Amino acid sequence: MSDLAIRVEKLGKIYKIGGTQKRYDTLRDRIVGGLTFFVRHLREARFETHNSEIIWALRDVSLEIKRGEILGIIGRNGAGKSTLLRILSRVTEPTEGRIEVHGRIGSLLEVGTGFHPELTGRDNIYLNGAILGMRRAEIKSKFDEIVDFAEVEKFIDTPIKHYSSGMYLRLAFSVAAHLEPEILLVDEVLAVGDSIFQEKCLNKMGDVARSGRTVLFVSHNMAPINTLCNRVILLKEGHVIKDGPAPNVVPAYLNRENILANRRVWTEKERPGNSAFQLISVSLKNAAGTLAGEINISENATIEIEHEVIRQGTRVMFSLVLLDANGYCVFGSLDNTAENAYHGKPLQPGRYLSVCHLYGNLLNNGRYYVSIIGASDYWTDSFRAEHAIAFEAIDDGILKRDYWGNFGGVVRPKLRWTMTSLQGNTYANSSLDGKVNS
Amino acid sequence: MIVRTESVLKGTTKGPEIVIEPQLGWVSLKLNELWQYRELLFFLTMRDVKVRYTQTVLGVAWTVIQPLTSMVIFSVIFGQLAKLPSEGIPYPIFSYAALLPWQLFSGTLTRAGNSLVANANLLTKVYFPRLIIPLSAITAGLVDFAISFLVLLGLMLYYAMVPNWAILLLPFLVLFAFLTALGVGLWLSALNVQYRDVQHMIPFLVQIWMFASPVAYSAGLIPKGPWRIVYGLNPMVGVIQGFRWVLLSGKPPDGLIFVSVIMVVMLLVTGLFYFRRMEKTFADIV
Repeated sequence: MSDLAIRVEKLGKIYKIGGTQKRYDTLRDRIVGGLTFFVRHLREARFETHNSEIIWALRDVSLEIKRGEILGIIGRNGAGKSTLLRILSRVTEPTEGRIEVHGRIGSLLEVGTGFHPELTGRDNIYLNGAILGMRRAEIKSKFDEIVDFAEVEKFIDTPIKHYSSGMYLRLAFSVAAHLEPEILLVDEVLAVGDSIFQEKCLNKMGDVARSGRTVLFVSHNMAPINTLCNRVILLKEGHVIKDGPAPNVVPAYLNRENILANRRVWTEKERPGNSAFQLISVSLKNAAGTLAGEINISENATIEIEHEVIRQGTRVMFSLVLLDANGYCVFGSLDNTAENAYHGKPLQPGRYLSVCHLYGNLLNNGRYYVSIIGASDYWTDSFRAEHAIAFEAIDDGILKRDYWGNFGGVVRPKLRWTMTSLQGNTYANSSLDGKVNS
Repeated sequence: MIVRTESVLKGTTKGPEIVIEPQLGWVSLKLNELWQYRELLFFLTMRDVKVRYTQTVLGVAWTVIQPLTSMVIFSVIFGQLAKLPSEGIPYPIFSYAALLPWQLFSGTLTRAGNSLVANANLLTKVYFPRLIIPLSAITAGLVDFAISFLVLLGLMLYYAMVPNWAILLLPFLVLFAFLTALGVGLWLSALNVQYRDVQHMIPFLVQIWMFASPVAYSAGLIPKGPWRIVYGLNPMVGVIQGFRWVLLSGKPPDGLIFVSVIMVVMLLVTGLFYFRRMEKTFADIV
C-alpha cells in the first residue's frame, strides 16, 4: 500500500453567484429566460454576459496528503477552505480536476447533523450515526462508550429538546468522535461549545492523529492549528498560496490576510451577529482617544465595539480574545464587570458601544490580534469575529529603563519590584543614576 | 460526481478506493449504493414516523381521523345529497377504500416533494445517496397506511364484506401507489430545490389530482371514448379501482390499468434520471 491518503489534482470549483441565481429563482422567470434564450439562439452571448457572475471557489489546487498527516487548512472567509472539504466529503462535486482517496472518509462539517429535537438521545445517536455512515451494529457496540463520553446516561431516553446546550453538543460530538474513518475531515467544529468541551474535542483529534489516521482540519482559530497540525496550507481566492509547517504558514496568514487594520467596519451584509444583534465595527483607540494602528505599551488603550441590537429585549454579552502574532491566545476578557451597567439587561433596539479598557504596562511589544465573541442571552447562539482587528504594540522604552535587550513572553506586565538591604547598607550614587532618574 | 468503488484486493492493488471527478452526461442510478445505505433509510423513516405525532393529544389517532372525516363528508355530500352511484357498494366504505390509497399517495407526495428542502442541512453537510430522502418520506407514509387499513378491516366487518381471492393483489396495488408517489415525488422534490414555487404548487396539484381520480365517485362515470384513455393516464385511477375491486368486490379495473402502468414506469424512470442528474447541484443551490 502506498502511504498516500489523498491526491488532489488540479481541482476547481465554480459557483454561480448573485444575478444568475436570483434571476432564475422562480419557474416563471426560468420559462421567460428559456424562451428569450430560445428565440435569440445566443448561447455564447448569454454565457458571456453571465461570466462575471461566476466565481472560482477553488482553482488549480493540487495536493498530496500522506497517511497520518494532520493538515490544517487556513485562509479568510471565501478562500475556498470549506469548499475543499465539501468536495472531499462528496457533498458537492468539483467542476474540474480529480481526487483520489485511499481509505474511508468521515466528515464532520458540523456536529449533530440530522439531530431531531423531538427524538430521544438514544434515537438520535442511531440516526446521527447512520447519517455519518456508521452501521447499526457498529453504533450498537459503541453505544455505551458514546453515552459515557457525552455524560448523558440519565437523560438518554429524554427528547433532546430538553437537553441543555452543553449536553446537546457533548452528545453530538460524542457520536462523531466514535466514527472511525481512516481520513477525518473537520470543519470549525471547535468553534462551538465551552472551553472544556473544546479541549475534549482537541484531545480526541490528537488521539485520532496519534493512531495514525489522517486529519484535515479547517479552522479560523490558530491555536489548535499551531498545536495539532504538522502541516498547514494557506488558501487565498481558491489557490494554495503557502504550504508547510505551522510556524511558517500561520504568521503569513495573520500578516498578509489581516493587513494591519486598527478598525474594522463591516458592510451591512457581512456583519457578524445573530438574529438578536450584530457587530457594526471594532476599533482600537490610543490613550488620547484617537484611532491608532499602534499603541505605546506603557499607555492605556481602548477597544471599542459598536453594535446594533435588533431584537427587543436582547441581553448582549461580549468576550474579547487577544491573540499574539502566532495566533496564540494571550488572554480572554468578559464584559460582565461591575462597571458595565448594561450587562445582562434586556436592551431596546438601537446602536450601542461596548468598550474594553486595556491597561498600559500590560502587553509586550509586537503584533496583536483581537477576536470578538458576541452572544445574546445565552452562550448558545454565540458568534465570532476572528481577528477582527490587529495592532502593533510599540515599545516606548519606559519600562526598559536601563535594560537594552528584548523581553520574552507574550505580555510584559509592570510588576512591583523592591530591594532592601538585610544589613542596613545604603547605596552609592553612580554615573548611571542620573540617567535613570531623569 | 463519479465515485468509483473499486474492489481493493489486499496488497495487490495500488488503486484508490474512491475517485471524485466531475460527472459528465448521464450516470447510472447506483441502486447498489442505495442498498448499502438501507439502514439510513430505516432510521430516517423511523424519525419521520416518530416525530409526526409527538406533542399531539390524539397522537396516532390522527392517521385514522383524517380519512374517516373525509369519508363522513363525502358520504353526506356525494353519497346522500348528490346520490352518486357507488357500484352497489355502501357509499361510506366505497369512499373509504378509495381514500386509503389516495391519502397514501397525496400525503407521501406532499412530504416527498418538500423532503429535500426540509432536509437541506443534511444535503449540505453529509454525503449519502440523495434518493434516500424522498424515499424515506414515502416509506414513512406506509406506516400511516397500515394503521388506517385496520379501520378499513373494521368497516368491512361492519358491512359484512368478504374479499375474494383478488385480495392477494393488494400488495401490488400498494406498491403501485408507492411507485406513483415516488415517481412524481422525485420530480417535485428535485424541482423544489431550485424552484420553491413547487412547494406552493403541491397543494393545488394534490387537490386537482384528487378530483381527477375516482375517490368520491366511480370510475364508471367517465364516458367511454378517447377521454377515458386520457383519464387512464392518471395512475391513481387504476390503483383506486383496484382497491375497490380486491376489497369490496367492485368492478375489476379495465384496460385503463395498462395505460396507468406505462405512465408510472415513465414517471419513475424519468424521475429517477432527472433526480440523479440534478443531484450534484443540490448542495450548492438548496
